[in-house]
Amino acid sequence: MFSQEFMRNALLAGTFVALACGVSGWFVVLRGQVFAGDALSHVAFPGALAAAAAGIDERAGLFAATVAMGAGIGVIGGRRLGGAAGGEHAAGPADDTTIGIVFTFILGLGVFFLTLFSRGSGGGAGIQAAHTLFGSIFGLTAGAALLAAGVALAVTLGTVLIARPLLFASVAPEVAAARGVPTRLLGVGFLVILGVVAAEASQVVGALLLLGLLAAPAGASQRLARSPFAGMGLSALMAVGAMWGGLVLSYAVPSLPPGSSIVAIAVVIYYAVRIIT
Amino acid sequence: MSTPAEVAAPTLTLNLAHDVGEVLEYHFMINALLAGGIVAVMAGLVGWLTVVRRETFAGHTLSLMAFPGASSALLIGVPVAWGYFVCCGAGALAIGRFSDRATGSFNEESVGIGMVQALALALGFLFLSLYSGVLGSLENLLFGNPLGVSDAQLTTLAIVAAVVVLALGVLARPLLFASVDPDVARARGVPVKALSAAFLLLLGLAVAATSQITGPLLVFALLVMPAATAQALTARPGLSLALTVLLGLAIVWLGMGLAYFSVYPAACFITGGAFVVYLLVRLLGATRRRLIARRLGPLAPPPVPEGVIA
Repeated sequence: MFSQEFMRNALLAGTFVALACGVSGWFVVLRGQVFAGDALSHVAFPGALAAAAAGIDERAGLFAATVAMGAGIGVIGGRRLGGAAGGEHAAGPADDTTIGIVFTFILGLGVFFLTLFSRGSGGGAGIQAAHTLFGSIFGLTAGAALLAAGVALAVTLGTVLIARPLLFASVAPEVAAARGVPTRLLGVGFLVILGVVAAEASQVVGALLLLGLLAAPAGASQRLARSPFAGMGLSALMAVGAMWGGLVLSYAVPSLPPGSSIVAIAVVIYYAVRIIT
Repeated sequence: MSTPAEVAAPTLTLNLAHDVGEVLEYHFMINALLAGGIVAVMAGLVGWLTVVRRETFAGHTLSLMAFPGASSALLIGVPVAWGYFVCCGAGALAIGRFSDRATGSFNEESVGIGMVQALALALGFLFLSLYSGVLGSLENLLFGNPLGVSDAQLTTLAIVAAVVVLALGVLARPLLFASVDPDVARARGVPVKALSAAFLLLLGLAVAATSQITGPLLVFALLVMPAATAQALTARPGLSLALTVLLGLAIVWLGMGLAYFSVYPAACFITGGAFVVYLLVRLLGATRRRLIARRLGPLAPPPVPEGVIA
C-alpha cells in the first residue's frame, strides 16, 4: 500500500488536514458554531468555481471565498457569536438565519459561475464541480500534498497558539472582556483560521463532507474528556484515526469513495461515544 | 411538449405584455410557474415558522437529504422525487431525536444535526459512485430544474403542498405557542416535543418539494429569505406571514420569467432576487433606527428589536 505514490501523498495531506480539523473543530463545537463551520465549508464550492471561470488556480478561489466568509460571519455576528457554554443567547441561534441567507446567496453565485464556466469548457465543468464538492484526495500530486500538509500544520499551530485566550473568551466572554482579552478580535481571528481549514479540507474530503471531519471527533471528545487540552488532543487523535481508517478502507475497497469512508468512520465514532456516555 | 432547448433563443423586448404572452404560450412554462407558485406559498408558510423557531440549521440539513434521496432513487431505479420525500422524512425523524431543547444544550443539538447531515452526505456520495449509469446533469441534481416539471410532478407537488398547509393550519396555534415560549407552553400541557417532531416532518416535506424548484442547495431562497425579510419589516404575525407569501410568489415568478429569457438557471435569479430584497430591507431598517436614535438624543430608549420574536 505504501509503495503507491498516490497513497503516500494522500496519507501525508490527510494526516495534517485531519489534525487541523480535529483541533479547530473542538473550538467550533465549544463555541456552538457548527452551522458557521458548515456554511464556511459549502462556500468553498462557489469559490473554486469562480476561480475556474476566471481561469486562475482553483485554490486561490477556495481560500479567498472561505476566508472572506469567515471574516464576514465574524464581523457581522461578532457580538453574539462570542459566547458559548450552552446559553441560548450566547450560542447565537438568531445569527443562524443571517448565516443561512448569506451562504445561500453565495451558493447562488456558484450556480452562476458553474453556468458561465460550463459554457466555456464543454464537459470539464461537471467534473470540476464534483471534485470540489466531494474532494479528490487520491488525486493529489506530491507538491499539492506537501503544500496542503504545510498549511494545515501552520493552521494547527496557530490555533494552539491562541488556544488559551480563545478558551477564556469562549467559556466566559464577559469576564474575559473585562480582563482585557480582545474577545471580538479572537472571534474573528478564529473564524478566519476556520476558513483556511475549510479551504484545505475541502480539497481532501470535499466541500459537502467536511462538516463530518470538523464536528464528529470534536463532539465525541467533548463527551469524553474532562480538561480542555486533553479534549483538543483527543479530538485531533480521533480525526486522524478516522482519516487513516477511511483511506485504508477505500484503498482496500476501491468502489468506496475516500470522502465517504472517512466521514462515515468519524460519524460512527461519534455515535459510539454517544451511546457509551 | 416543448423543452427550453427547442425554443429559439427568446429575447426580452420592451413590450411587457408581449413578453408575458410569449412565456405563457409554452406548456413547460405554465407548469414551471404553477409549480413555483405552489412551492412559494408552502415554503413561505413553513419557512416563517422555521425562522421563528430558529431551526435554519435543521432546514439546511434536511435540504441536503435530497442528495442521498436522489442518488439512492437513481441507484434502485425509482423516480427521484420519491427518494427526495422518503429521505427528507427520515432525516426529519433523525433530527427530531436530537432537538429536545429541554435537556440538551444548544451545542449538543447542533452537533447532533451536523452528524445527521454528514452521514447522509457520505451515503449520498457512496450511492452516486455505486451508480454506474448515465448521471443526468450534476447541475440539475444540485440546483433543480424548474423548467422541466412534468404534469405528474405538478400533481405530486400540489398534493404535498395541500397536506403540509392543512397540517400547519390545524397545528398553527399550539405550534406558535410552543415556538415562542416552550416552557410556558409545556406547563400549560401543550405537547411541545410531539409538536416539534411534527414540525420537523412538515419542514422535511416542504424542503423536498422546494428542492425540485431551486435544487437542494438553494432552498433557503424560498424557505428563509422571504420570511426573514417579512419579519424584519413588521412585528405583526398575520401581516408578516402574508408578506412572506407575497414576496415568495413575486420572487419565484419574476425569477422564472427572467430565466426564460437568459442562459442562466432560474435558481440564480430566484436566489439573487430574494437576497437583494432582504439586504435592502435590512439596510433601510438600520438607517431608520439610526435616524430615530439621533432625533431622540442620548436619553432615547433602546431601539425595539426587529422581527417578531427574533
